[in-house]
Amino acid sequence: MEFLAMGGYGYYVWGSYGMTALVLALELVSLRARRGRAVAHLRAGGLDHPAAPLAEVLR
Amino acid sequence: MNTAAPVPAPASLADSALPAGGIFAALRWSLVRDLKVAMRSRSELGVQLLFYIIVVSLFPLASNPERTLLAAIGPGVLWVAALLASLLSLPRLFAGDYGDGTLEQIALSPHPLEALVSGKILAHWLTAGLPVTLLAPLLGIQYAMDGESLAVLAAALLIGTPILSLLGGIGAALTLGLRGGGSLLALLILPLYVPVLIFGAGAVEAVRAGLGATANLSLLGAGLLVAMVGAPFAAAAAVRIALD
Amino acid sequence: MAASNKYKLSSPAAFYPVAGRMIPWFGASAAVLAAIGLWIGLWLAPTDFAQGDAYRIIFIHVPAAWMSMFIYLVMAFWSALGLGFNTRLSAMMAQSLAPTGALMTLIALFTGSLWGRPTWGTYWAWDARMTSELILLFLYLGIIALRNAIDDPRRADRACAVLSLVGAINVPIIYFSVRWWNTLHQGSSVSLSAAPRMAAVMLAGMLILAFAAWFYTIAVALCRVRVIMLERESGSGWVSELFALNIVHLKKA
Repeated sequence: MEFLAMGGYGYYVWGSYGMTALVLALELVSLRARRGRAVAHLRAGGLDHPAAPLAEVLR
Repeated sequence: MNTAAPVPAPASLADSALPAGGIFAALRWSLVRDLKVAMRSRSELGVQLLFYIIVVSLFPLASNPERTLLAAIGPGVLWVAALLASLLSLPRLFAGDYGDGTLEQIALSPHPLEALVSGKILAHWLTAGLPVTLLAPLLGIQYAMDGESLAVLAAALLIGTPILSLLGGIGAALTLGLRGGGSLLALLILPLYVPVLIFGAGAVEAVRAGLGATANLSLLGAGLLVAMVGAPFAAAAAVRIALD
Repeated sequence: MAASNKYKLSSPAAFYPVAGRMIPWFGASAAVLAAIGLWIGLWLAPTDFAQGDAYRIIFIHVPAAWMSMFIYLVMAFWSALGLGFNTRLSAMMAQSLAPTGALMTLIALFTGSLWGRPTWGTYWAWDARMTSELILLFLYLGIIALRNAIDDPRRADRACAVLSLVGAINVPIIYFSVRWWNTLHQGSSVSLSAAPRMAAVMLAGMLILAFAAWFYTIAVALCRVRVIMLERESGSGWVSELFALNIVHLKKA
């Protein structure tokens, strides 16, 4: 509990760490989605129509 | 692009044929040509100056017409408005020639593109930066600035606005023919304008603080030299990229 | 690695699988280093007697600020290489670094402002470093926006390279000018001597987190460059070959 309070600076400390974690997570998620779109596009033969969602083909 | 077959020159090129001579002849040719083109659309130049005047006149209405406050914010307002006016007039640096294919012919000419681009940038400064510089002391009076401040303001704008045209030339060339060109140009170029703004407005600020403007003006001068050497090459490279 | 191999690696087809093998190593190193660094920063390092626990923010603020500038330099380096030698891979590397660079700048700004509130008493001060960092963010966003506005990827590569290089020349000038402006206006300047004296354990935590951020950046940039290759080289033989192989794999599994 004392650890979470950060000597009264909990809001600032955890705000910083939380926001950093959130932003990095968002970057990873959006990168994964972008990869999924590229892969789906290629699986659809590189044609310009939306392909069915597809599991990660390339690991 | 066919270079072998003679291409009929568009009207704007036919005014004066490209000269045979060296770098300075090329620079002079594109300078004279762009000035002629600009003079044909004088009303557009007038509107851009009016924009400068109106932006400057808005700030006292938005804050407070108190004289000491006006004198304090005056240099900054006049400089920010100069930045915006320069930004507003940048598209006409290349866009017209790009649209009617003249730019391609200019790039294909045997003359160094850097010299031709420099001529265009110089013409842009003469029709955009110089009028703003001449007008600024007049508007400075509205801002209750004293004589020395007005003189330093004019000097700083005289050295600083060519840098705006030089840096802006790079941005104008990079954004040729792109969607959202105007606001994109602002995003690309305004951050690069920051040092000019700081040293330019800082020169007047320094005078007001009794420090003297020499340091600021020399830094602006150094910036102008660097920009004069580097920017034509970057702008010419950007023109080639846009034409590819 | 032999020199001839290095040369071959500069083609996307050869680099794609190599990057794929490198990503897990960099990613895992980043995760391990981040865990150690966070443990030191949040737990092991003692409370600073002047700033209390608020100083723990700089364990992520300083690495993010370092990375934001370092990534710009690396991006400009790849841009220059791509412009000079017309290599596709260098331009793709530059393209893949820009979003992560912008993100690091954003983190540096955000954490700096959250550190400034308890330390300086304000979320935002027009301090030289914060202002330069803000302008750096604009530069990153400008490069990304220019990339998005150009449909032809090769034109986008070269236009972004020119802009990155012009920006790289400007970054030191901007920093110098902002500091100059800051010293003129003493009233708004904030002294950085408020930063705590670095005890050895604090320095260790910060350096470890800096390395974690560095490895994270490498891993993400490699990931993104692979996606960019798939997007941009979808018509080329090696991509379709890759997919033919993988579809066979999928069927076997």
